[in-house]
Amino acid sequence: MAERVLMKGNEAIAEAAIRAGCRHYFGYPITPQTEVAAYMAKRMPKIGGVFLQAESEIASINMVYGAAAAGMRVMTSSSSPGISLKGEGLSYIAGSDVPAFVVNVQRGGPGLGGIQPSQSDYFQATRGGGHGDYHMIVLAPASVQEMASLTVRGFNLADRYLMTAMILADGTIGQMMEPITFEDVEVETFEKPWALTGTKMQRNHNIVNSLYLKPDELERKNFERYERYRVVEENEVLYEEYQMHDAEICVVAFGIASRVARNAVVSARKEGIRVGLIRPITLWPFPSRVLRQAAEQVRHFVCVELNMGQMIEDVRLATGCIRPVSLCNRTGGMIPSPEQVLQSIREARKGGN
Amino acid sequence: MKTTQILIAGFGGQGILFAGKFLAYKGLLEDLQVSWLPSYGPEMRGGTANCNVILSDDPVGSPIITDPDVLIVMNLPSLQKYVDSVVPGGQIYVDSTLISEKVARTDVEVYYIPATQMANDAGVPTLANMVMMGHVLKNNPELTFDGADATVQKLVPPAKAQLVELNMKALQAGRDYQ
Repeated sequence: MAERVLMKGNEAIAEAAIRAGCRHYFGYPITPQTEVAAYMAKRMPKIGGVFLQAESEIASINMVYGAAAAGMRVMTSSSSPGISLKGEGLSYIAGSDVPAFVVNVQRGGPGLGGIQPSQSDYFQATRGGGHGDYHMIVLAPASVQEMASLTVRGFNLADRYLMTAMILADGTIGQMMEPITFEDVEVETFEKPWALTGTKMQRNHNIVNSLYLKPDELERKNFERYERYRVVEENEVLYEEYQMHDAEICVVAFGIASRVARNAVVSARKEGIRVGLIRPITLWPFPSRVLRQAAEQVRHFVCVELNMGQMIEDVRLATGCIRPVSLCNRTGGMIPSPEQVLQSIREARKGGN
Repeated sequence: MKTTQILIAGFGGQGILFAGKFLAYKGLLEDLQVSWLPSYGPEMRGGTANCNVILSDDPVGSPIITDPDVLIVMNLPSLQKYVDSVVPGGQIYVDSTLISEKVARTDVEVYYIPATQMANDAGVPTLANMVMMGHVLKNNPELTFDGADATVQKLVPPAKAQLVELNMKALQAGRDYQ
């Protein structure tokens, strides 16, 4: 068995990225993700990689764009307000169909907000974040182990589908330590014949660009991109089910909220309430099919989120609103207690009768 | 099927997070499931610091502790803030050099250790946190003193190897306090 080591979630992302072949990191400091950059600053020079603290978030995302266009495995990391600044670059990267890896260790918002954990960038992440028709693959780790394994997976997916993969974590998972191992996801490598590597006078120029002034050409590009997205939706959905076999109430939660919700499910089961948990691991593509199936089985859904109710919209869409969906939430850096979630489960049972 | 939830709290600079790391590493070396969650807010800059450590035979659910089994406090505000959250039958460890107030509850075990004074007397004034940990290991049935040495060696970076001995001295002082 591989050795278990204790690591912070943020450090696990950085180490996993290096193991996935990332040798270019561009960032700008912000709490609560600073350990990602700190780890990269320490390690990259020793392994022939590049660590660069840019003059701003906008600069760093455009450096990512450049290195991605050159075919490198490259990443940036930030927290909520910083990701907003990166929005333009994320849109350009999507419009140019190059692979990138981005980490958002969320903090409370809007505005400068606070520095405590939050999940209030769900809309921003799952709807693309910047302008235009596009998506990112959004991965939501619920443990330090998943911070590492979803990082490797994110680099693989970005390269395979030529798009951005984003880790959508939060301050808690970023700051906490848990034992992890590093051997659970295989690093895949991809040919990149489109990359800007110099023609050496032996091939035609490659062009990476997001400007298409002819509307029919731009439309075709968008159609092609959404064909690719359909393949992602078909093949790359990840979720975890817990105690769903006989459940009549289904709790839906991701990331740190799912850990709290799991405790509440255990307590509710002790009270004889038949409740289960579905934890989306990919937020885009969203596990709509499994939720639709769950709607045939359960009487009530409870969404637990660290925001004012964002994923709940996807749950309602997925289930066609054929069952009531209630919200159990805290926001601004607060985290619901297992007791609060348990109370919502009890109310759902009453309401469902 | 045992889970122990430990909350350590005090001022920033008292080694609260390090003490938590010590317990987490000890759990790791004993093949337990472990989580360690620090406070990372502005309060760390000179205010209060706290640390949630969970040791369990099973995978850890929420890493956030609302009702600790064990509370270790190294300043008065932390005692006042958390004293009522400890589960009945739980343990509270108080640094009695810094906290003169007594715990009024009778449904918990309370240990008063003059840890800061003892650390000063032992010539390791910055290690009152580890004096506290020594006493925790002595009284907590899930965590024994065995393996404290290996844990400290794992925790102290090689460049600071001389600190292993000092940490052990503090741990032993805490263990031997009657």
